[in-house]
Amino acid sequence: MTASGHIEPSSKSLLSIDRLSVNFHTFEGKVSVLDEISLAIASGESVGIVGETGCGKSVLAKSVLGLLPSRTARYAGGGILWKGENLLRAPQRRLRRIRGAEIGMVFQDPMTFLDPLYTAGSYLLEAIVHRDEVNGRTSASHDRRGEAIALLGRLGLADPERIFDSYPGQLSGGMRQRILIAAAIVGRPRLLIADEPTTALDVTVQAQILHMISDLLTGDEMSLMLISHDLGVIASMCQRIVVMYAGTIVESGSKAAVLANPVHPYTRGLINAVPRLGYPQRTIKGIPGQIPNLLKPPQGCRFAARCALADSRCRTEAPTLERRGVSHEVACFHAEHADA
Amino acid sequence: MPDHVARVAGLRKTFQVPDGPFRKREVTAVDNVDFTLERGETVGLVGESGSGKSTVGRLLLGLLPPTGGEIVVLGRDIAALPARQMRSLRRDIQIVFQNPHTSLHPRMSLGRAMAEPLLIQGGFSRSEIRRRISTMIDIIGLPEIFLGRYPHELSGGQKQRLCIARALMLNPKILVLDEPTSALDVSVQAQILEFLRSLRAEFGLTYLFISHNLAVVQAMCSRILVMYRGQIVESGETRQILTDPQHAYTRRLLSATLEPTPDARLPVLLDSG
Repeated sequence: MTASGHIEPSSKSLLSIDRLSVNFHTFEGKVSVLDEISLAIASGESVGIVGETGCGKSVLAKSVLGLLPSRTARYAGGGILWKGENLLRAPQRRLRRIRGAEIGMVFQDPMTFLDPLYTAGSYLLEAIVHRDEVNGRTSASHDRRGEAIALLGRLGLADPERIFDSYPGQLSGGMRQRILIAAAIVGRPRLLIADEPTTALDVTVQAQILHMISDLLTGDEMSLMLISHDLGVIASMCQRIVVMYAGTIVESGSKAAVLANPVHPYTRGLINAVPRLGYPQRTIKGIPGQIPNLLKPPQGCRFAARCALADSRCRTEAPTLERRGVSHEVACFHAEHADA
Repeated sequence: MPDHVARVAGLRKTFQVPDGPFRKREVTAVDNVDFTLERGETVGLVGESGSGKSTVGRLLLGLLPPTGGEIVVLGRDIAALPARQMRSLRRDIQIVFQNPHTSLHPRMSLGRAMAEPLLIQGGFSRSEIRRRISTMIDIIGLPEIFLGRYPHELSGGQKQRLCIARALMLNPKILVLDEPTSALDVSVQAQILEFLRSLRAEFGLTYLFISHNLAVVQAMCSRILVMYRGQIVESGETRQILTDPQHAYTRRLLSATLEPTPDARLPVLLDSG
């Protein structure tokens, strides 16, 4: 095993994840949820992480901020460097400062992340107080209120005063997600991690939220790590795409490279499975089989059991990410087949 | 009788919802909806959450009583049917729900789950039940050994195939599919859609396909009904609606649909009307 294929964490990298492995210890045994994941996000860059149920994309997001359940999750190797600092070794006190102030996070389900007994405004105030604490500042309560309302206004919400005083039950799903995004960016983080931020929303609302996030990126020079199962969402938002399968990165590269010239059989399968609008109609094809049981991860390539190209080598030896172009890496022994 | 298997006219459904501690407010979920289902076709019913599309599906099955209007399924007006005949109507029209993880009883084995519709309807011999189950498990592509297993031992796609199998046990003519793939991964979704297409041909089924995903609807349906705030605002051939949408909401829905292409950009925001 060599690290030759990995993208070296350059000085430009804000976040660089280096051969990170995470296991979950459950009643049934050790589950290998992330296996040697390497990934770098540069300042101002938008990186999309795409994959299906159980591929580890949410675990990856949570591991960055140390939000994995401490009873079951174990970091089994590798590191997470935030501006050169290894977050896996950072004390809780330091992580608390980073969360919100340097890295913001938004989760999938806006319905369950807000306490029904607190107003939308109280979430923003909490975030502002936390930020001030971290920066060793104090602010007057009416200033905080003013700042929160100004922020809601900046996010394009009509009538921010009314929304500030509303309870979650009085707000629509899209509105709640906007509140959560607002709370995540109060501290002007350098990186926003968004885990399926629009999955629970209607597509028309999704479009508005994506626009809002995109405006924040350009306005605040923020980087984005966008996690989604929806290739369409990723394609519309990100410059770079990382495809995950069963706890491994199978392909990564620029949007153009991954979507126009997908190489890994899983990436190709995923793209072919998405129904698209337009005539003549494409025929969509599923990927046969199911994800492997990560209690007993396959010895070789984790996709081998579902892959039409798999041979004996694929079943015994795990491929590592190999560079194929300026900004394209693939973990497949049969990558050459893609050229044929 | 023309080739309608179902006809809905002037359908209305209102719900009383609490509005403050002592007050109630009336919400119109379905407002003056008309459509027909022709034998063997797949009609897509699209709309955003809260548009009333699932309520229409439930009304068609008689799972909810309509507030007004007419629902004729296979020549019978279901508003006027007594409960006993309603049950026999369910042999002809069945539903598959969105989330297979929550619509199966966790302590009911696959075999038992598949037998249940036949037991409820009654009049099937043990050997007939066994025969139908063994045919059906074959159709959904699971080995017979799975009959003794429980839902948690299945993947999402397998569970949804089981739900479809249950719906087909009574050989219905019409299947209401309420977001049947929304809870599934895309690679599995493609398999389920393919499976539904093959069943349609094999059993001569008519589908009412409820979905919020226009691309999925396009892959499945010859005709589309677009619902917005309880009303059907546009209807027609799939191709015509997708290439030349007339209603502002349909246009908004189309422009918000994202596709994985190398030149994908943020969707154009159209004014909400």
